[in-house]
Amino acid sequence: METENLKVVNKRVLKMDALGLACGEPVFTDDVDINGMLYGRILWSHYAHARIKKIDTREAEKVPGVKAVLTYKNVPRVPHTTAGQGYPEPSPYDSYVLDNKVRFVGDRVAAVAAETPEAAEAALKLIKVEYEILPAVFDVFEAVKDGAPIIHDEEDAKNIPDAKHNIAAKFDFEVRNGDWFKDADFVVEHTYKMPYLQHCAIEPHTVITSFDHFGRLIIRTSTQVPFHVRRIVAQALRIPVKKIRVIKPRIGGGFGSKQEVLLEDITAALTLKTGKPVKIEYTRRETFISSRTRHPATVRLKTGVRKDGTITDAEMDITLNTGAYGSHALTVMMCSGSHTLPMYKVANNIRFIGKSVYTNLPVSGAYRGYGATQGFFAWESQMDIMANKIAMDPVEFRKKNYIRLGEGSPVFKAMGEGREGVEQVITSIGLYEGIEAGLKAINWHEKKKKYKNQSGQLRRGLGMACMMQGSGIPEVDMASATLKMNEDGSFNLMVGAADLGTGSDTILAQIAAEVLGVKAEDVIVYSADTDLTPFDVGAYASSTTFISGNAVKKTAEKVRGMIIAVAAKILDRKPDDLRLEGGKVVAKDGAACSLSEVANTSLYYYDQHQIVASASHYAHTSPPPFAANFVEVEVDTGTGKIAILNYISCVDCGTAINPELAEGQNDGAVLNGIGHTLSEEMEFSSNGTPLNASFRRYKIFNTADMPAIKTILIPTFEPNGPFGAKSVSEIGINGPLPAVANAVQDAVGARLFSSPFTPEKVIAAIKNLQPVS
Amino acid sequence: MTEKNKKITHRAKFSLKCFVNGEKVERDLDSSRSLIEFIRLDLGLKGTKEGCGEGECGACLVLVDGKAVNSCLMMAIQLQGKRLITIEGLKGRDGGLHPLQKTFMEEGAVQCGFCTPGLIIASEALLRENPDATVEDIKRGLTGNLCRCTGYEKVVSAVRKAQKLS
Repeated sequence: METENLKVVNKRVLKMDALGLACGEPVFTDDVDINGMLYGRILWSHYAHARIKKIDTREAEKVPGVKAVLTYKNVPRVPHTTAGQGYPEPSPYDSYVLDNKVRFVGDRVAAVAAETPEAAEAALKLIKVEYEILPAVFDVFEAVKDGAPIIHDEEDAKNIPDAKHNIAAKFDFEVRNGDWFKDADFVVEHTYKMPYLQHCAIEPHTVITSFDHFGRLIIRTSTQVPFHVRRIVAQALRIPVKKIRVIKPRIGGGFGSKQEVLLEDITAALTLKTGKPVKIEYTRRETFISSRTRHPATVRLKTGVRKDGTITDAEMDITLNTGAYGSHALTVMMCSGSHTLPMYKVANNIRFIGKSVYTNLPVSGAYRGYGATQGFFAWESQMDIMANKIAMDPVEFRKKNYIRLGEGSPVFKAMGEGREGVEQVITSIGLYEGIEAGLKAINWHEKKKKYKNQSGQLRRGLGMACMMQGSGIPEVDMASATLKMNEDGSFNLMVGAADLGTGSDTILAQIAAEVLGVKAEDVIVYSADTDLTPFDVGAYASSTTFISGNAVKKTAEKVRGMIIAVAAKILDRKPDDLRLEGGKVVAKDGAACSLSEVANTSLYYYDQHQIVASASHYAHTSPPPFAANFVEVEVDTGTGKIAILNYISCVDCGTAINPELAEGQNDGAVLNGIGHTLSEEMEFSSNGTPLNASFRRYKIFNTADMPAIKTILIPTFEPNGPFGAKSVSEIGINGPLPAVANAVQDAVGARLFSSPFTPEKVIAAIKNLQPVS
Repeated sequence: MTEKNKKITHRAKFSLKCFVNGEKVERDLDSSRSLIEFIRLDLGLKGTKEGCGEGECGACLVLVDGKAVNSCLMMAIQLQGKRLITIEGLKGRDGGLHPLQKTFMEEGAVQCGFCTPGLIIASEALLRENPDATVEDIKRGLTGNLCRCTGYEKVVSAVRKAQKLS
């Protein structure tokens, strides 16, 4: 099937909520006023590691207006994970609503609900805590040593592989086809490092909890995972799932930070205690110190290469810092290998050694790219180093080795997310076309010549990198949809898929509209409410277009069948002779009836029934999108400043359901990745206190900093995707780090192994300039 | 500074007289009321967002006497006798949709939309001051607004397009 005849899909349909958002409609979690609402506040630990010996809340409770003070003594103690993942979650159960131990600066100590914010603040100050300060550990390699402080010494935690050595997750695997490195002409080994990074969604995490008229708990929350929130809150607070309703309004960005139960449990506990509505909204500082981060990584990569450009062996040894809790510890670590190792053919041996290690620092979690960002920084830097080693053009070296259509990889089967993966072959790939388009757009060959013999302080260089990601988690993720028809031939589409600003509501409407032969605006999307919309794992793992999109397509096809059945009676034609087009059911001979006639017939006149259907989708493969990124930089060898002059990102996401939104996803991902490359890093004092927990000190890019970024969509047709679509949201963030590192090497000959590439590091690398081998 | 960043309240009252989106408004307020609290809590206008509470992200931008200000950094009392325009009060010349609202939608400049009202207010202030702003002027003029979704490419195109419309 091709995309030529599509009427709604693959079109630049306007994002359906854009106008309301541009007009400031009150659609976010905090945009409702609820009478009698209490203000929740959390007391944060100032210590990186301490046991609470005594906690006295009597003075705090006396503050006028204070309605509840919670400590570990009066909340249920249920080990669970905050990671919003499918059940059973592959993350260790090492978290508690409140505990008698704090494990990082910014860990929860107590929570207060009061009638005014001032009373809540005053109460926090009056909670008396006596701590036993414990030795803390901040370095992953120290944390795994015998005798290091044990961060999770509690006995009831579950699924921690080696708590005594602070190992929150580990995974090793090997494909062996002979002696290691025996065929290699060169063996290249380097270590790449990435620090703590923050998501910086502009809407801070916000939750409002209340009771409805049945005494059920309503959780209105800025989440990517409404159904996982319902399940995990039920588990952590020991209340039945049926007593909870989770409502996801519009979300002000997430990027993985909202794939977590971050505030829902404690806010709900305050509502359960007081019987009143409670709101907790993070300040920006709280978002920095106590939400989630990207796992800092140390990646050691050892590869063998032959002079003819064959990659003989690859050993990837990754150590992630999961911080104080193991949220996404196993899966991010596994994705750092499973999304990178299949990218190029490795002739002989592959080994992956992965660990996620606890430290007394903030909690890591899901972050756009999900391990692939860490992995590709290493892989794509090493690709250039290997190419230089064998004196092959790095573009040609990649072209020779990347995975081809119809090919598989032993890695797909060996490494899934938290468990064994699924065997698959590549069913669509536009990488070659992406590379060609990128070379042309950046004028690669001509500029390479031009920059060959530079002198002076300013040096220009070109770099590139190739990436892949996934489209959902195969044989894990599931999505479903419900679609019903209205009298005027419009449709309500109810999905559990969580649009967090990505535009998924719009693209899902486009998919349904394409099947039903109507305009996108005739499909009214509602997302997401655990009472009203069917199950969906949520917005993560680049799953929505591929998994939820397929669910919507199947649902619409069912509804189309029901419409045709009614129209066949109205028109007295065979169902096989009917098709849906332009808001009508049209027969081969030209006879037609409107959708509104069909709806009215079914609702009021004949064999009365509601035309409504549901369907689910679950996939056996995760077709990777592919990308080729190209960058031109100018390095000031005097100051060490890197300026990005031009950035081209070519993405094969299959059929772009909405090219405008797909470009927007990729533009944003690339700029976020450029921030990671040049400026972003969370800093800590020697006792683990965050030093730059604000937008003033943690630098994300603004309009004046932005380089020229161009996204070029490379159309392919993925046979397993809805109308040929694959995912697009994450892949773009993986490119800038290696592409810029390669461009800097090209410009000044110095290699950067540790991000961000600050002027100090650039100067140091230039000073230590030795041929990299 | 909405209620989440609130630490202290002085109970001294004052009587505020100002214009909000063209209408005369009179309210008795605590002197500690910040402008964003006045807008979101007293006026119930929720289009003005708070992303940081310290004047860094620009999600709370409003126009005061035609100038863009971070409403998290200004006190309500400073609005005395002045004209406040929030995103809800922004209108085109014909009283309908403002050109920026239209072009932000058309150019795909709205993703999550949390920063959008602030970006539109900043763009409006910029174009009022400099209707012939170049791309570089626009980029410089919007540095007070952070957006993590769009990468700003489509934001800049939306402002360029609005220039041509007005």
